[in-house]
Amino acid sequence: MIHLNKIRGARRRDLAQVVEIDARITGLRKPAYWAGILRRYGGRDPGRFFLVFVQKEEVQGYVVGEVRDWEFGSPPCGWVFGIGVRPETRLRGTGTRLLEEICAAFRRRKVEKVRTLLARDNALVLAFFRSQGMMAAPFIALERDL
Amino acid sequence: MKLQKSTLLALCSVLEFAAQPGRQFSTAEIAGKYAASPHHLAKVLGKLRRAGLVKAARGSGGGYRFSGNAKRVTLLDVIALFETVGSRAPRASRRDLERAVDQVLAEIDETARATFGSITLETMLKLARRPKAAPGRGP
Repeated sequence: MIHLNKIRGARRRDLAQVVEIDARITGLRKPAYWAGILRRYGGRDPGRFFLVFVQKEEVQGYVVGEVRDWEFGSPPCGWVFGIGVRPETRLRGTGTRLLEEICAAFRRRKVEKVRTLLARDNALVLAFFRSQGMMAAPFIALERDL
Repeated sequence: MKLQKSTLLALCSVLEFAAQPGRQFSTAEIAGKYAASPHHLAKVLGKLRRAGLVKAARGSGGGYRFSGNAKRVTLLDVIALFETVGSRAPRASRRDLERAVDQVLAEIDETARATFGSITLETMLKLARRPKAAPGRGP
């Protein structure tokens, strides 16, 4: 039934499902945030990507990322800053396919690295990215109270 | 970051078993491969068995085989059977400098814990099978 599964750019009508998937994972509903993501990453900017994995008209997962140039002193590279899969459809390769697709899009933009940033205690997503061959980057994230 | 000898032996053993889950390994085989004493290895495997990561079979054809879930078991799960990584109790010190040093050490510990906790045995096996990078180049 491969023809029923596809990865494509997110559309306005996908937003409610993306919000629902994100809310189930994080416990927070953020419709305004996702509308903003669609505006900024679902358009024609060739370096920005908001993709959804659709199966029988139902969104099973999403990934958001972009190519950033010379940030943090790094040559242009792809950044993945959001990925989510319906909890009941995990371990079926949805996240892997989404990551592969966005990496292919990054490669088409001629970048050779993909990076992401995660909370240390986000064991599930950390383990996912590790399983995809990602390793610690030569950067250290820092913060302080303001 | 340095792990104790027993911990390293446990990690290597469990990865050997997980790489061929249907196969039974003799203690002598693993001990020979990792230059460990059979007595030391037996103690390590005993802990892994009690944790449900390996199963032992007695008799002449006996040995050990993997009985965990390589997609779920992380390096931290194995390491934690032998030693503590991170979460060190802060010293009851009133000196600012000692507190500051403790804070930095805790930061390193937390990063180590997160790293070990995010790598499953299956991911580790994939990593081991990856072709080696050319000298002087990154992965």
